[in-house]
Amino acid sequence: MDFLPYLWFIVIAVLWIGYLTLEGFDFGVGMLYTTVSKNPKERRVALNTIGPHWDGNEVWLLTAGGATFAAFPEWYATMFSGMYLALFLILVLLIVRICAIEWRGKINDINWRKRWDLAHTVCAWLVSFLWGVAFANLVQGMKIEVLEITNPATQTYEIVSPEAFEAATNTAAYTHHLTGGFFSLLTPFTLLGGLVTLSLFLTHGAVFMALKTAGDFQVRVEKLAARLSIGSLLITAVWAIWAQLAYASGFWSWIPLAIAAVCLVLTALWAQKGDELKAFIANFIAIAAAVAFIFTAMFPNVMKSSIDPAYSLTIEQASATGPTQIIMSVASLILVPIIIGYSIWSYKVFSKRIHVDNIPDDPSGLSRGTKKPLANEVSVQ
Amino acid sequence: MEALDLARWQFGITTVYHFILVPLTIGLAPLVAIMQTKWLRSGEEKWMKLAEFFGKILIINFALGVATGIVQEFQFGMNWSEYSRFVGDIFGAPLAFEALMAFFLESTFLGLWVFGKGRMSAKLNTLCIWMVAIGVNISAYFILCANSFMQHPVGAVYNEETGRAELDGVGGFLEVLTNNTAIAATSHTITAAFLVAGTLVAGIGTWWMVRSTKKNIAGQPEMWRSAARFGFVTILISAAGVGLTGHFQGQLMYEQQPMKMASAEAQCHNEEGAPLSILAIGDFTNDCENVTRIIDVPWVTSFMATNHFTGPESEVAGVEDVQAFYQEKYADQFGEDYDYRPNLVVTYYSFRAMIGPIIFPVILALAGLWFTRKEKIWDSSGWAKYALFAIPMPFIASSFGWIFTEMGRQPWVVAPNPTGVEDVLLLTDYGVSQTTSPAMVLTTLIGFTVLYAILGVVWFLLVRRYTLEGIDLTTEKAPAPDDENQPLSFVY
Ligand code: HDD
Ligand code: HEM
Ligand code: HEM
Repeated sequence: MDFLPYLWFIVIAVLWIGYLTLEGFDFGVGMLYTTVSKNPKERRVALNTIGPHWDGNEVWLLTAGGATFAAFPEWYATMFSGMYLALFLILVLLIVRICAIEWRGKINDINWRKRWDLAHTVCAWLVSFLWGVAFANLVQGMKIEVLEITNPATQTYEIVSPEAFEAATNTAAYTHHLTGGFFSLLTPFTLLGGLVTLSLFLTHGAVFMALKTAGDFQVRVEKLAARLSIGSLLITAVWAIWAQLAYASGFWSWIPLAIAAVCLVLTALWAQKGDELKAFIANFIAIAAAVAFIFTAMFPNVMKSSIDPAYSLTIEQASATGPTQIIMSVASLILVPIIIGYSIWSYKVFSKRIHVDNIPDDPSGLSRGTKKPLANEVSVQ
Repeated sequence: MEALDLARWQFGITTVYHFILVPLTIGLAPLVAIMQTKWLRSGEEKWMKLAEFFGKILIINFALGVATGIVQEFQFGMNWSEYSRFVGDIFGAPLAFEALMAFFLESTFLGLWVFGKGRMSAKLNTLCIWMVAIGVNISAYFILCANSFMQHPVGAVYNEETGRAELDGVGGFLEVLTNNTAIAATSHTITAAFLVAGTLVAGIGTWWMVRSTKKNIAGQPEMWRSAARFGFVTILISAAGVGLTGHFQGQLMYEQQPMKMASAEAQCHNEEGAPLSILAIGDFTNDCENVTRIIDVPWVTSFMATNHFTGPESEVAGVEDVQAFYQEKYADQFGEDYDYRPNLVVTYYSFRAMIGPIIFPVILALAGLWFTRKEKIWDSSGWAKYALFAIPMPFIASSFGWIFTEMGRQPWVVAPNPTGVEDVLLLTDYGVSQTTSPAMVLTTLIGFTVLYAILGVVWFLLVRRYTLEGIDLTTEKAPAPDDENQPLSFVY
């Protein structure tokens, strides 16, 4: 069953594609909604475009995490313990963002809303950037080493030389570790990678809002999308060429790169024309192709070492054993179509464009301060 | 402090926190679904209003439950990477199943339920909240399968060459999913969750019944009386269920982790006809010989564990005997004087702190059913206060239930079992990430604790505000279903 690890490498890529294409527009809306709207009602229009969907979109991330844990335990362990502080930042930002979305409308008070809006926007900007940094690291390679754990209880270990590691047959005590720490993850290349996801998500969010809203607001975000799409095209082009020439391992990654490039050009063209449906689809495919590019560029490693190629963690080394992957394959084959089915249904239910007039005048939350008496409350002396 | 201790504190704090929110979601989602179904069936306005009211609390709670759950998903990799390498093959699978089968379901249908009220028929909308209720309970089952593997490893084999545990063929996964520990834990945890949610509904219902009677608000006392009685019945059923499933679990634990139960009773030596300790004091610092048992109920522990009060078949293990047994058995692996005893103070008292608080909701339910019989309205201010006081009790109980289960398992993270796979075992010491420094772990520990504290305060204030606001019966009816031009029913 030798193909299973490779199949699961593809499945993990697909799960990340699901996450970044869907949550991408949630982040985009989050980054833009405070600046692009002219009054409180427009903010609510923007927020309600993602209202019923953001939570389901986020589950793609959780599935990617769980599936990596099961199908590639070594990858899960090495990546998340190594990118420790970066992941911590991402988690904090995601947590605050969730609470901001859900709790913002619960109290009807200007300051309450303003604070949550600020929190939401800041989180969306930072997290969009950080995802790009993280993925660019996977392409570029990180400070990965193989350690021999001599006493786990006291965290004592020795570094194994590349030659010794390659010659070893019993690897029970050898494990891959990212030893560089947080700042080793920040290089010009990875920082530019952060700008790539940031700009792609900005465009994605703007186009998505243009697709889901009507009236004045819609005209405004449409124009914004037209401008943003050119920015994301340029930034992505520079980074992708750099990545391909400097870090990608072969010919195959040119294919997703070309698809992404074509789609980004189409996004920009359609965005200028104001054809938001086509622009959205093109940008969606562009993000998917960009993720595919990252995974093809990594292949056949899951964690590339910048110290010595022999230290790289390969798909096969990271992989779980056959039975786990067989079970997961069968389960995904049955469940993923069902999930996609009801997700599509949910987008259909909420397919109507939202107009400012749809937003009721009275705010949704409770008023702050003294409680207004209930209408049929009779006071007893 | 070492990275290990910090990582343990971090795991303990973040999971206990997650599990304050979790049981409320698990229990309240089905209760809200039942309320909405009652409305659908009978057309009685009050059930719709109650479903909306408790639905809002559910949503506030759900948000923080989801937010803290994300940390859970990744912290095995962050702080427990050696553990993750060791068991990933087996442990990761239920986690992935949980996401595929439960998380997508609950989050998508919660969105449909909340935002879809004017967009779909009432029937379909009710189906949506039922899907949420089913989703959260499926999620409980899968995560508990994962946890139960650590309590009672089954369906796995140890591979010496890679130093990792692997699934014992495809059938091994079936064993993981049908682990008797998992089935016991799931039924216990879910009944506990119903106790948590039932007490909340009963508590708020009672308090508002009294308040609205005093304030003389038309129509409200009757409505809150229905809610309260619904809660009382839930409390009684789930309290009985919690006891029953707990007893079943206790018996399993005596078989699977004798050390855990022995330390729960602070019992030093193997004993026939062992008594149940109600209260013990003394110096617990990991030597149970210094503990003085003050109140004992004869034979009960033996009976709970073995179904025999006295005689050779009623023998249950003691801490020191199990310790000696392990020290001999694992002398080669972990040295001759490794300490296999969990922290006795914590296990002893947390076991009691889990069982004790159950009494408060049960009193509320029994009194409530009596005082509200035959259409009566309860208007005692004293009981209204007591009802509020009862609400946190099951939360406390379930937190201590986990603290007991997990601390009682120490020093193992994957506990070796007389009935499980023998060579799949891991000490907690060996599970921790190797290259994360104490400073890094301390950073995230402080970060999460501060963040959680702030969000916890907001969560509490929001739930409190919504509870105080109550229900307004005068607003016009919900928009007619299927009207495409209605504004969204629920807008941020
Ligand atoms: C017995 C039940 C139970 C237990 C022991 C745990 N959880 Fe949990 N979890 C739930 C029951 C639950 C839930 C009821 O399904 C939640 C709680 C509130 C919610 O919104 O969903 C949830 C939410 C939740 C989420 C967010 C899901 C979403 O976006 O919809 C994640 C990723 C996790 N959990 C992961 C974990 C992990 C890795 C745990 C182990 C340490 C864990 N949970 C313990
Ligand atoms: C949500 C309910 C849970 C609660 C409240 C809980 C509580 C705890 C506590 C208090 C500890 C700390 C023990 C110590 O410090 O010695 C702990 C440890 C641990 N638990 Fe749980 N637990 C829960 C569920 C789970 C589940 C479902 C899993 C696995 C899927 C799990 C895996 C672990 C692990 C790996 C440790 C080891 C770390 C350590 O020993 O500190 N826990 N848990
Ligand atoms: C009435 C008598 C009760 C008994 C005999 C009992 C028994 C037990 C036992 C033996 C365990 C440990 C299982 C293990 O280590 O895996 C446990 C765990 C637990 N208990 Fe209880 N319990 C009782 C009441 C309660 C109550 C009232 C609650 C909360 C409302 C509760 C919540 C929990 C939780 C959340 C756990 C951890 C999860 C699990 O392992 O199932 N229990 N209980």
